[in-house]
Amino acid sequence: MSQERRERSDDSGEATDPPHQQTRWYAGGQYEPLLSEKRSKSVGVESSLPDDLTRDELELPALAEPEVSRHYTRLSQMNFGIESGTIPLGSCTMKYNPKFTEDVAAHRGNRVHPHRADADKQGVLHLLYDLQETLATIGGMDAVTLQPPAGAAGEFTGIQVAKAYHDANGDDRSEVIVPESAHGTNFASASMAGYDVVELPSNEDGRVEVDALEAAVNDDTALLMLTNPNTLGLFERSIEEIAEIVHDAGGLLYYDGANLNSLLGKARPGDMGFDIMHFNLHKTFATPHGGGGPGQGPIGVGEALASFLPTPQVRETDEGYETYEPDHTIGRVHEFVGNWLVLVKAYAYILRHGDEGLETVSETAVLNANYLASRIEYEVPYGPFHHEFVASADADAGDVAKSMLDHGVHPPTTKWPEIVDEALMTEPTETESKRRLDDLAAAFNAVTGMAEDDLAETPRTTTARRIDQASAARNPRLSWHALDE
Amino acid sequence: MPYATHSDAERSAMLDAVGVSDPDELFDIPESVRFDGEYGIEGRSERATRAAVEGILDESPDLTEFLGGGHYDHYVPSVVDHLSLRSEFLTSYTQYQPEITQGFLQALFEFQSLVVELTGLGVANCSMYDRATALGEAALLADRVRQSSGETVLVPESLPDRVRSVLDNYTDGPDIGVDTYPTSGGTVDVDALAARVDDDVSLVYAATPNARGVLEPDLGAVGDLAADHDALFCVGSDAVALSVLEPPESYGADVVVGDAGVLGLPTTYGMGLGLFACREEFLRQVPGRLVGASEDGAGNRAYTLTLQTREQHIRRERATSNICTNQAWLALRAAIHAAWLGPDGLVELAEECVTGIEETCERIDALDGFTAPVYDGHHFREALVDCAEPASDVIDRCREAGIALRTVEDGGEERLAVCVTDTNREQVDALLDALAPETEVPAV
Repeated sequence: MSQERRERSDDSGEATDPPHQQTRWYAGGQYEPLLSEKRSKSVGVESSLPDDLTRDELELPALAEPEVSRHYTRLSQMNFGIESGTIPLGSCTMKYNPKFTEDVAAHRGNRVHPHRADADKQGVLHLLYDLQETLATIGGMDAVTLQPPAGAAGEFTGIQVAKAYHDANGDDRSEVIVPESAHGTNFASASMAGYDVVELPSNEDGRVEVDALEAAVNDDTALLMLTNPNTLGLFERSIEEIAEIVHDAGGLLYYDGANLNSLLGKARPGDMGFDIMHFNLHKTFATPHGGGGPGQGPIGVGEALASFLPTPQVRETDEGYETYEPDHTIGRVHEFVGNWLVLVKAYAYILRHGDEGLETVSETAVLNANYLASRIEYEVPYGPFHHEFVASADADAGDVAKSMLDHGVHPPTTKWPEIVDEALMTEPTETESKRRLDDLAAAFNAVTGMAEDDLAETPRTTTARRIDQASAARNPRLSWHALDE
Repeated sequence: MPYATHSDAERSAMLDAVGVSDPDELFDIPESVRFDGEYGIEGRSERATRAAVEGILDESPDLTEFLGGGHYDHYVPSVVDHLSLRSEFLTSYTQYQPEITQGFLQALFEFQSLVVELTGLGVANCSMYDRATALGEAALLADRVRQSSGETVLVPESLPDRVRSVLDNYTDGPDIGVDTYPTSGGTVDVDALAARVDDDVSLVYAATPNARGVLEPDLGAVGDLAADHDALFCVGSDAVALSVLEPPESYGADVVVGDAGVLGLPTTYGMGLGLFACREEFLRQVPGRLVGASEDGAGNRAYTLTLQTREQHIRRERATSNICTNQAWLALRAAIHAAWLGPDGLVELAEECVTGIEETCERIDALDGFTAPVYDGHHFREALVDCAEPASDVIDRCREAGIALRTVEDGGEERLAVCVTDTNREQVDALLDALAPETEVPAV
């Protein structure tokens, strides 16, 4: 019907062939042009809508499925995932993701519209309920919301919950304390929620300086945000004392769950005195990060904070599962329940492993980190480590990382946390074999002692050579429209 | 544990290397906070796990859905799953090492290009969480770039509560006020807005199609009002609608937010992909990730994450947003879907969204006891319907017939909301049957 109502100016756009004259950019294959460089077409838009509502034309690539398929297949070949090799990025927990969870995610029961009535989405609510209760148990928390669509969104949610709690107590607090080694998202989330951020220095052994904390805490302290083990891979052994100091001042203690992969079966944030925590389901419970997301960042809270959680929550009744609004809810932080499929995959992952499997995850992750640390010829300050450690490079950490690329591995996180010089923050995770860890250590060690000039020439074997990031920022070209300029 | 690959011998060798006899010794946790309980989860085989999870998912009945309300189902071509599930994409991380992630970077660059083409604005980021959080980020952007003037965000009174709620959370920190302006006849009441907008306003928001499914007829006037008061004009829309609608930049939009998950993403219990574009002058205040074109050491074009000094891992509390993990893979899927459709296919799909609801309204209107659409004007995908009997009775009757509909509170009345897309258009006969079982269904 619609086709007859409209005429298209099919030939108004130029159908050009790919610029084969381009140099070959990538080792091991030819340059992949932008889709727009292959065949673009400008179509005149003549719709059944009046002219004053519609555009005159739309210009986009126009290719048949085989060419679309080849384009993205080629792009995938120019990309490195966990199944291409090890990705030991500290605090990112890039582990292998079980394949079967993708099949579970493809089940038709996932294609449920969020506006269905409760009675018509019992499968969804049942899974949400089970998962929220399971996470509460794993975290040692009393209640969990599954809504935040990412870890940082979980931080923001947790801070909003804390703020609502303080407000309800007539308590106007303006500061959030964050250790200098914390994830950057902690600072950003606290600031986004309107708090002043107070940075807490680390002590000589890389942990929270209890005296400094005592000095920093006061009547304005809303929250202390902490990850434990911290980003140096160190367990904050004084955690109970820390909790007491914060609680005595009327503040709350927030747990950043980015490092939870090292505690499964061993310790629970709730037992350590944390009032609020977020889980990074895409890290700890192995759902693919998909080039940067989607993730999911549920938060757990203690009983005193449960009524402030986002709405809706799910509960079990005699008739089944239903949604409800917590009494003092902060409202919503996402229109629906974040990234539903990540919840499904995480749930499947947890059921598959069970208590014993989950504890083995942490034991193996910690063993792997310590084994790798023992195998590399770099200074690794502090210790003992949990699932990650921070080595200090003998050259520019960014250069070291580029050189490691030539050894077929993804390098660790570089230059962070800043308390270690030329930091290489390394987290191999539990899914790397001894063989792969030995390879990784070899990649680290091959770079030590390389001359600066040689380092600067790396990488040599990757799809692109060293990329000029400074000029990309100086002269931003952010779409194919900007390339002609 | 099936995914950790050490043999007993390897494990022993590793334990020896680190100097312990049991991995538990590596846990530097004070006894007082050790967990000695159990979670109570019994591990199971892959087959049993699948059966368990799928059994739970099966508890939701199969229903034919005519549900919209900000979340729309379009057919997603098979090529999207097949390509996006390639593990080099699916299992990769944020592109911090661009030399080995050119593929994803190029795909995101192409997604940004698509959004630039659709909105007409100079800058698009790649992959916010959803349309509600994108609106929240737009309010924060307006606050940053309009610091000297306004502190109020104006939204239409028809903005869905759940979107408003997200916006309220986002604007809570910087103490931005959110206020509503009236609509009349289902669209923006421009005169009432003119009376409401003042120099305290930092952002005026209007959606097209709006929450009633109506395409706003005069957004230029809204943009002018915003501009007169030095406020940003933010337009809400989606990637399919924008394929035929006038590019928002052409009538004065400073920011466009909305939903890009209408491409590439099935109705997955509300997963989203936020759309965000703005004028180039706000480039350094844009939230989220940006991919830019650059050159590599051999002088060839290459792509990289850029302007990272805006981001939380560098600027911490001074970052433009806290977004780290985002919706990158869904942006990839949207880009593949758009590439498969091409400009002809996109326009055709958008046309179906116009004609589908138009025809359905005509047919519903012909039924005794039903009026559709409630509001005049051009509709996109959805419309409100009035019925002589209580809307809840109609909903129940449809449910009995295996059809899911919803109601919308509109002007103090409960009205039916009907959403028609390419995926449920063929079930409209069944919908009409369920709405008025006694009436013979009028033909197209």
